Amino acid sequence: MADWYTNFANSGFGTTLTKQLGLPRPAVLRRYEPGEPLLPGPVVIGSAGQGRLRDTVAAVLKDAGATVVSPVAADGSTDGEKFGAVVLDATGLTSPGDLVSAHDFLAPAIKRLRASGRVLILADPPQTADSPAQAAARQAIDGLVRSIGKELLNGSTANAVFVPEGAEASVASPLKFFLSGRSAYVDGQLLTLEPAEVPNGEDAAKPLAGKVAVVTGAARGIGAAIAEVLARDGAHVVAVDIPVAGDSLAKVANEIGGTALQLDITADDAPQRLIEHLRERHGGVDVIVHNAGITRDKLLVNMDAARWNSVMAVNLQAQLDITQALLDDGDILKPGARIVCVSSQSGIAGNRGQTNYAASKAGVIGMVRAWAPEFAERDATINAVAPGFIITEMTAKMPVGTREVGSRINSLQQGGLPVDVAETIAWLSQPGSAGVNGQTVRVCGQSMLGA
Amino acid sequence: MASNEKPATRKAAIVGGNRIPFARSNSTYAQASNQDMLTATIDGLVARFGLAGKKVDEVVAGAVLKHARDFNLTRESVLGSKLDASTPAYDVQQACGTGLEAAILVANKIALGQIESGIAGGVDTTSDAPLAVGDDLRRILISLNSAKTVQDRLKAIARIRPGMIAPEIPRNSEPRTGLAMGEHAQLTAHEWEIGREEQDELTVRSHQNMAAAYERGFFDDLVTPFLGLARDQNLRPDSSLEKLAKLKPVFDKALPEGAEGTMTAGNSTPLTDGASAVLLASDEWAAEQGLPVLAHLVDAQTAAVDYVHGGEGLLMAPVYAVPKMLARNGLSLQDFDFYEIHEAFASTVLATMKAWEDPAYCKEKLGLDAPLGSIDRSKLNVYGSSLAAGHPFAATGGRIVASLAKTLHAAGPGKRGLISICAAGGQGVVAILES
Repeated sequence: MADWYTNFANSGFGTTLTKQLGLPRPAVLRRYEPGEPLLPGPVVIGSAGQGRLRDTVAAVLKDAGATVVSPVAADGSTDGEKFGAVVLDATGLTSPGDLVSAHDFLAPAIKRLRASGRVLILADPPQTADSPAQAAARQAIDGLVRSIGKELLNGSTANAVFVPEGAEASVASPLKFFLSGRSAYVDGQLLTLEPAEVPNGEDAAKPLAGKVAVVTGAARGIGAAIAEVLARDGAHVVAVDIPVAGDSLAKVANEIGGTALQLDITADDAPQRLIEHLRERHGGVDVIVHNAGITRDKLLVNMDAARWNSVMAVNLQAQLDITQALLDDGDILKPGARIVCVSSQSGIAGNRGQTNYAASKAGVIGMVRAWAPEFAERDATINAVAPGFIITEMTAKMPVGTREVGSRINSLQQGGLPVDVAETIAWLSQPGSAGVNGQTVRVCGQSMLGA
Repeated sequence: MASNEKPATRKAAIVGGNRIPFARSNSTYAQASNQDMLTATIDGLVARFGLAGKKVDEVVAGAVLKHARDFNLTRESVLGSKLDASTPAYDVQQACGTGLEAAILVANKIALGQIESGIAGGVDTTSDAPLAVGDDLRRILISLNSAKTVQDRLKAIARIRPGMIAPEIPRNSEPRTGLAMGEHAQLTAHEWEIGREEQDELTVRSHQNMAAAYERGFFDDLVTPFLGLARDQNLRPDSSLEKLAKLKPVFDKALPEGAEGTMTAGNSTPLTDGASAVLLASDEWAAEQGLPVLAHLVDAQTAAVDYVHGGEGLLMAPVYAVPKMLARNGLSLQDFDFYEIHEAFASTVLATMKAWEDPAYCKEKLGLDAPLGSIDRSKLNVYGSSLAAGHPFAATGGRIVASLAKTLHAAGPGKRGLISICAAGGQGVVAILES
C-alpha cells in the first residue's frame, strides 16, 4: 500500500542505507483495521493546570477499550511500557507560566511513545480567554503542537482540539479519531469544537449503520475509497459520477453493495434529480460527500475561460447548488445530517498553475464556515477535508522528481493514501461528530505547504 | 367451486433497465463475447438497483447468434455477475423478438405468482459471431473423434478435401428464401409504395430524437458505458436528408424489373453488438426493496405470417398481432400515449402504419370491420429507435421496454405505450405497457 521509497526505507538494506546517508526514513503508518483495538499500547493522560476534561477523557478511552495510565516521573527514564498515545488536558491554563507543566508532562511521556503513536492536546479556544495572558497561553498550544508534530518520529502524530465550555460531550468522537489508526495521515491539525447534542449508543464497528450516504465522484481514486470506507462503517452508499464513468462506477457500487447513480452534477436539473432519486429509493439522506472535482491546470495568464469555468462548476458551484437544494427541500436531509466537502491543500497554500483549482478549493473552505450556523440549527454539520499529497492514479502520472519532493515535504515524509482521506470523511460523517462543524481538516501528514 | 376459478393474476412491474451502448459490428466490441456483454449489462443493472449479492428469482435472456459453448449463456452470465449465485436462469430465442419475449416470460411468471422478481435480457454480437464448419467436414471430424484405432483416424483424416475447410459464416438471411432480411423488407416497401424520402425522414427523426434524449440526460439511468463507449456508436446527431439522399439503394436484388430500390445503409439498421436487461417484479417486491415501479406490462401477443408461400411480407407479423391484443383489451390503436415500433428498417415502420390505415387490407388480411387507423407521429419512437441506436437483435426488446417504461412513468400515471417488434422467420412480438 505504501510507496516504493517507504517500502525500501523499511527493508533491511534500506534501513541501513537511509540511516547512514541521513535520508528521510518514512514509517509504515498504523492504519485502522476493523476489529483492532483503538491503540497498540496504553494511553497516558496528564494535565497542565486545573484541567476539566481529564475524567471525561479517561472514561471515553476506557469505554473504547484502551488502558489508561498515570503520568510518568519527570526523570527522563525511558524504561517500562511504551505508550500508544499521550493526551494532555490543557484546559486549565491561566497564563504562560502554566505551560511549563505541559513540558514537564509531555517530555518524559513522548520519550516512551511507540511507533505510530499519538500526541493529543486538549485546550480552551484562545478566542474565549478572560485575559491577554490566558489567550497567550491558549494560543501557545498552537505552536507547541505543530512543533511536536515536526519532532515526532516513526509515523507518530500530534494534534490539538480546542474545547469551549459546554462542548465537553463533543470530545469523545475527535478523541477516538485522533488516537486511532483512522487519523494515520492527519498531523499538526488544530480542531475547534462546538457544544452540540451528541447522540450516544453508536456501534463502534459500524458507526454509520442504517445511514444513507451520497458520494460524488465515486467512480475512482479518492471517491471510490470514500465509498468503500463509508460502506465498511455500515452506510448504504449511493455512488454518483458522470455517465461516461458509469462502467467503473458500477464496479465500485457492486463491490460495496451500494447503488450507482450516473449524474452530471453540473447539469441544471442535477440537484432535483438527486433529491428525487434519494426520496424515491431511500426517503432521505444522512450523509453527502461532495468529492467530485476536476483539474484544468494552466498558468493564469494562459488560462482560457473554459478551463476556469469548468473547474468552478464542478468543484464549487455544484457543491453550493446541491447543498442549497437539499436545505430548501425541507425534509430530504434526515435529522443529524452530515455534509463533508472535499477541499484541497491547494486551496490553503496555493499552487502554481492551479489558480482556478485553488480558488475553487479555497471557496469550499469559506462555504462550510459560512454554512455551519445554519446546519447547527438543524442539529446537522458541514465540514471540509483538505487532502495534501495523496497517492492516486493522478499523482502516478507526475514526473518522478516532482512526485518525490511533493510526497516528502511533510512531517510523515510520505504521501497519504486515498483511504486516509476517506477515514477522515467517515469520521466527520459519524453521528458522534456532532460537535465538529464548519471546520476544515487537513489530511496532509503536516505538510509544509500552507502550514 | 374455487378449483374451477381462474387463478388470480397481477400485473408485473417494470422497475428499470440497463444496457450497454450499442456498437457497430467489428468495432469497439469486436473482442467481446455475448457472455462478456450480458454479464456487464446485468452488473450495470445490479449496480443501479443495489442488487449486489442478492438473489433474483429468475433471469431470462437470449442471443440470436450463439456459439455452441453458449448453450447456457444466461446462467453462465449470472454466475459471472454480482448477483447471488443461487439465481436461476434460462435462455430463450425468438430472433429479434427475443428481448421482448424474455420480458413477457418473466412478467407472466410474476403475474402468476410463481416468482416475485426477474431480469429479462438479450445480447448479440455480429463481430464475435460463431463460425461453423460445413456438414461434410463436421461429419468427418465427428467420426475422427469417435475413431478407436490409429488406422481409423488416418482414414477419417484422408477424407478431408481442401474445399471443406471454408467455414460457414452466419448470414442475416432467411433460410427458406435465401433473401436477406433487407431484400424482403424492400419487397414489402415496394408493395406498399413506401417512398425513399419518407424513409429518410423517419431516419433523420430517429437520430435527432435519440441525440436530443442523450443531451437531456434521458439515458443516464438506462445505459452504462462499456469498453470505453458511452453512447451508441451508430448515432449520427448531424444526420440530414441531404446526407441520406446521397446513399445508394442496397437491397434491390429481389425487386421486379425496372423497380427502383429505396432502402439504403442509412434508412436500414446496421449490424450491431450490444446487450440490454430489464428488472421486473411484483409491486410488493419493488416496495420491499425501495425500488420504483415505472410501468406495468399489461398484455402481450405474438403472431407469425407465411412469407414463404402466403404472399405476406417477412416483417408484417406485428401488423397481425396488434389488433388481436387491442381487441382483447378493449382498446383502439389511438388509445396510446407512446408508440414504439422497432425500426428494423424505416420502411418497416412505415409499411406497418400504412397497413393499419388500409381498409381493404385490414378487412381481408386482418379480418377487421374497419381499419385500425393512423397514429400520431409525434408519439412515435420519441427517443429514437433502432435506426439511431443500432439493433443487436436480442437486445432491442430490453432497450425498448426500459426506455418506454421510463417515458410512461415521467408522463404520469395511467399513460399507455404500445411496443411492436418484427422478427426473422415472419414473426412479431407486441406488448402494452401502462404507467
